[in-house]
Amino acid sequence: MSEFPKSAKCVVIGAGIVGNCLVGHLSKLGWTNIVQLDKGPLPNPGGSTGHASNFIFPTDHNKEMALLTLASQQQYIELGMNNTCGGIEVARNPERLEEFNRRMTSAKSWGIDAKLLSPAEVKELVPFINEKIVLGGYYTPSVSCVDSLQTGTLMRESAVKAGNLSVFANTEVLDLEVENGAIKAVVTNKGRIEAEHVVVACGVWSPRIAKMAGASIPLTPAVHQMADVGPIDILQKSNAEVAFPIVRDMDTFCYERQTAGSMEVGSYAHRAIFMHPDDIPSNEASALSPTELPLTQEDFDPQMEQAIELMDMLGDAEIKYAINGLLSLTPDAMPVLGETVEVKNLWSAAAVWIKEGPGIAQLVAEWMTYGYPHLCDPHSSDISRFYPHEKTEHHIYARCDEHFNKTYGIVHPREQWASQRDMRRSPFYPREEAAGAKFFDARGWERPQWFTSNEKLIKKFKAACEDRPHEWDARWWSPITNAEHLQMRESVGMVDLTAFNEFDFTGKGAMKFLQYMCVNNVDVEVGRSVYTPLLTPAGGFRGDLTMMRLGEDHFRVITGAFDGGRDNYWFKRHMPNDGSVVFTDMSSALCTIGVWGPNAEKTMAKIVTGDHKPFDVSQKNFPYGAVRNVLIGGVPCTMFRISYVGENGWEIYTKMEHGLRLWDAVAAAGKEFEIIPVGMGVYAVTGRIEKGYRLMGAELESEYNPVEAGLARPKVKSANFIGKAAYLQARDEKPCAIMCTLEVLDHTSKSGLKRYPTGGNEPILTKAGERIVDAKGRVSRVTTAGAGPSVDKYLLLAYLTPEHAVEGNELRVMYMNELFPVRVARVGSQPLFDPTDARMKS
Amino acid sequence: MNILVCVKRVPAPGARINITADGQQVDTAFLGFTVSPHEECAVEQAVQLIEKHGGDVTVLTLGPIEAEEQLRTAVSTGATKAVLIPIDTTDWDPQRTAEAIAKVVAELETANGKYDLVLFGNESADSCGYQVGIRTALKLGRPIVNGAKGLEIENGAAKIRRESDAGVEIYKLAMPACVGVKEGINLPRYPTMKGRLASKKVAIARSKAEATTGGLKLITLQRPPERVSNTVILGNGPEAAPAIVDLLEELGILK
Repeated sequence: MSEFPKSAKCVVIGAGIVGNCLVGHLSKLGWTNIVQLDKGPLPNPGGSTGHASNFIFPTDHNKEMALLTLASQQQYIELGMNNTCGGIEVARNPERLEEFNRRMTSAKSWGIDAKLLSPAEVKELVPFINEKIVLGGYYTPSVSCVDSLQTGTLMRESAVKAGNLSVFANTEVLDLEVENGAIKAVVTNKGRIEAEHVVVACGVWSPRIAKMAGASIPLTPAVHQMADVGPIDILQKSNAEVAFPIVRDMDTFCYERQTAGSMEVGSYAHRAIFMHPDDIPSNEASALSPTELPLTQEDFDPQMEQAIELMDMLGDAEIKYAINGLLSLTPDAMPVLGETVEVKNLWSAAAVWIKEGPGIAQLVAEWMTYGYPHLCDPHSSDISRFYPHEKTEHHIYARCDEHFNKTYGIVHPREQWASQRDMRRSPFYPREEAAGAKFFDARGWERPQWFTSNEKLIKKFKAACEDRPHEWDARWWSPITNAEHLQMRESVGMVDLTAFNEFDFTGKGAMKFLQYMCVNNVDVEVGRSVYTPLLTPAGGFRGDLTMMRLGEDHFRVITGAFDGGRDNYWFKRHMPNDGSVVFTDMSSALCTIGVWGPNAEKTMAKIVTGDHKPFDVSQKNFPYGAVRNVLIGGVPCTMFRISYVGENGWEIYTKMEHGLRLWDAVAAAGKEFEIIPVGMGVYAVTGRIEKGYRLMGAELESEYNPVEAGLARPKVKSANFIGKAAYLQARDEKPCAIMCTLEVLDHTSKSGLKRYPTGGNEPILTKAGERIVDAKGRVSRVTTAGAGPSVDKYLLLAYLTPEHAVEGNELRVMYMNELFPVRVARVGSQPLFDPTDARMKS
Repeated sequence: MNILVCVKRVPAPGARINITADGQQVDTAFLGFTVSPHEECAVEQAVQLIEKHGGDVTVLTLGPIEAEEQLRTAVSTGATKAVLIPIDTTDWDPQRTAEAIAKVVAELETANGKYDLVLFGNESADSCGYQVGIRTALKLGRPIVNGAKGLEIENGAAKIRRESDAGVEIYKLAMPACVGVKEGINLPRYPTMKGRLASKKVAIARSKAEATTGGLKLITLQRPPERVSNTVILGNGPEAAPAIVDLLEELGILK
C-alpha cells in the first residue's frame, strides 16, 4: 500500500458500482492523479452494491433511464460480466396486459427485442410457474444478470493499471473542506487530501457525506426486502447460475430470480421503510453488512404467500438468507447527478441502481470532463433540478413513501402526485378554486390544468372536443381543455403563469455575461425582449427561455417551473465573481397572468393606464416582443407582449401581493368578451402544439441542436457564447434530424375504439413498421402529443430524418403496441395554425 | 414422544457489540434477534426425534412479548406447540429463570402429561451462564447431561454422547430427563416459507412467571478494549531478510 497522498486531481468517495465505474471512466477520459476512498473493505465495502439482485430489465418508458440502462448493459457485456438469461414480467390483472402493450411500444422505441406471451408460453420458459393465475407475460430475451462487484473491480483495476488511480479502502471520510464556495480537501482517518474535484458516490450514505461540505443530496436509504430460498431441485439440476428467465410478478410487486440452486424472492410491495443515513450501522457493528439489515418478517409474509401461489416449489424451500436490504430512493425516483449547487467541484453520483450504474458513471465522467454529458441529456437526473422545499427530509420521505410501491406500478405519463400538494399557491388560487380548477402539480406549484366552470363550453364547441373512449387516454385529461382553447381563440382567456421563474441580472457586467450564456443577441433596446436557447459546450440545448431588457444594466430571464432549478444553477455557475453581475431570484416575488385572444387587446385597453394618463396598448405603440411598465387597475405591472399559444396578448407580471387585484381587474374588464380562465392543458399542450412551439425537456434536449430543432436564426452574433463553435459547425452541416409536426390520420384501433397517444416516447415508424434512426443513432419518437382543436387534427411532434421529413409523407406511430397512420404536416418550425403569426403581431 | 425445548431470545450482533449508554444492555437498535446456535440444534434434535418416533415438540421461552418471534421461528422449523412466559423486566438471573420455568413445566405436565425430554441449549448466547438447564433439572428432580453431541432414544432411555478431551462419554438416562445440547450435534434446518406461514397461525400459550430472584445482579456491561494491531513493513525484497531474521529470533522461533 502506497503512502496516503496529500493531494489529488480528483477524489472519488465510494467503491460501489458507481464509484468503481467512475474511476475507470475518468481514467479513460484522461484524468490522472485520482484517489478513491471507501470506509469499508474491498471488493465489497458493504454498500447496496454488495447485496444487489444484479439483474437488468432494459425496457423503460423514460428515455434517459432507458438509454443509461442500455449503455450500462453494453458495458457489462464488454467486460464479460453480463449473463443473458431473459426475463418475463407476468400479469395477474387485465390492466397489466394493457401496460405490457405500452412496454412493447417503449421496447420498440429503444430497439429492444420483446414479445408478449400467453400463459402457456410463459409456462414453457418457466416450467415451475403456476400459469393458471397468470394472464400473460412480457418477455425480454436480453434481460441479464451481471456481476456488479467484479465489474467494479475490473473498472477500478483498469484505472490503477493505467497509473491514474490510487485506492484506499477502510478509509473513513471525516470532513469535507470548502474554500470560497469550492471544494478544497477531504479529511479522512488516514489523513487529509487536497483535491480539485470530489465526487460523492456513496450510495445510501451520500447525504451524510455531502452535508459535511454544506451540500445537499436529496435521497433516503430505504428498505427493499429479499430472501434467498433453497435448495430447489429443478434449479440445482439446471447446473447454472441462472438457467431460467427472471420472473417479475408485476401485480404483486415481487420478483423471483434464480441464484444457482436457490431462488431469490424480492419485494417492492411492503410499506416504505426508511432509515436515516446517520443511523446506518458501521461495518463492524453489522451482523451481515451495514446495508443488509435484519428482515422484518411480518412485512414480508404477504409476499411469501403470493410467491408460493406463483411457484409452489418455493413453499418447501428453506429461507437461508433474508434481509431488509438498503437502497437509495429520491423524491422523484430518478438519480441525483452532477455538480452540487452549493459547492463548486463537489459532484454527486448517487441514487443509482446496478442496472444503470456503469452508464451513469460514464455520463458523470463526461460531465466532469466536457462540462456536460454526451451520452444523453441528464435533465431528469440533474441534481440542480430540486427546489429548496424538495430537498427537505420531509419532502423526501413523503414522496418516497408515495412512489415506493409504484416501483413495479403502472404509472401514467400524466400521473399526479398525491403527497406534498399545496406547497406553493399563486395569489389567484382562491379564484381558481372557485372556478373549479383541476390542479396539477408543477414542482410544488398548484397549477390549474382546466376549469370545470368551463364545462358548459363543451356544448358550444362540441365538434372539436374529442371523446376519448379509452380510460387510459382520458386519464388526467378533460375535453374542457379543447373548449377552453377554442374560447380563447374566439375571444379571450387568462392563464395563471405564476409558476414561472424570474431571474434578474443587474450590474455593469450583466449584458456581457448574458451574451456569453445565450445563443441570440441580448443587446437589444431597453423595453425589448429576446428569445434564446442556452447551449451545452457541445452545442445541444441546455436551456430555452425568454429575457426582457428592463434597463441598460437590468435583464430579467423568464423560464419554466420544470427548468427553474437547472437554469438557476447554470447561470450562477458561470457568473463572474468580480461583483460585476448581481443575480436576484424574483420567482417568489412575482406572479404572472397571461391574457390572450382576439379580444385581449380590447380587454386590456379598458384597464391599462400610465400614471394618471391613458396608455395605448395597440400594436403600434406596444408591438410584439415589447415590454412596458404600466398600471392595471392601479397596480404596477410589467406587460410583455408575447405568446406561447399563438394569440395576441401579454404576459403580465406584478408583485405577489398585488396578484388578486390584478386577476379581478382583468376578469372584470374581460367580462363583456366572455373571458374565461384557461388551464395549462391549453398553454402547455394544445395552444403550443398548434403553433409548433418547442418545450425544454421534450423537444429540446442536449442531444439536439438549434438547427435540428428549427430554431436557428439567419445570423449568428459576433459575441462568443457557450457552444458557439459547435453551433457554427451544426449550421454548416446538413441536419440529420429535423423537428416535424405530424397529424394522426386514423385513431381507430383493432378493438374499434379510438385511441389517442399520450406523448410518452411512442416510436414514429415507417409504413413497414421499421424504426427511424438518424445518423447520430437517435430514434424518432413522439416528444409531445395533443389535440389541435383549431386545426381539427390530433398532432404529434417528433424528430425525423431528412428522407422522412417531407410534408405529406405518410408514416406510422406505434401506440399501445398498435400502428396508427400519421402524416407529416409541417417540417421545421413553421406552425400549422396561423403560419404567418398574423394573430399575434397585428 | 413429548419433548420440551427451552430457548432464549438474544440479539444477533455483528463483529462489534455496542452497549447502551446505561451499560445495562446490548444496543439492539439495528440488530435482529435469534436464539443461540445450541438452542437451534436442540430444536432440530427434538424435531428429528419426533419425526422418527412420533409425538410433539413444545418450544418454551421466558422473555419479552417480542420473543414470540423466536417461538414462531422454532415452529416454522418443525416444533408443534409454543409457550411464552412473558416478563417485562431484565433482572432475571439464572435462579429466578429456572424456578419460573420449573413451575411452568410442572403446570404443563399436570395438564398434558410428562415431557420425556426437556432440552436446553448448552449455554445462552448472551450471558453464557451454563446454569438455567442444570438448575431447572434440579428443581424438576430429573437427571441432566450437558454438552450433548448425540442424543438418541434406545430401549426407552435417552442415549447421550458427549465429547471430552479424554475421549467420548456415553450416558444413558432414564426418562423423563433433561439434556443440554451442544452446537454440532446436527445441522439445523432453516424455516421454509410454508413453515413460516404456518407458524403464524399457531396459538402461543402463555404462562405466568412466578419466581424470586436468586440475588445475582448485573452491575454494568463493558466492552473489552479493542485490540489494536500495528502492521510494520519490514522492507521490500531481499533487503527485508535481515529484519525478518531478527524478528524471528526475537520471537524465539529461530535460535
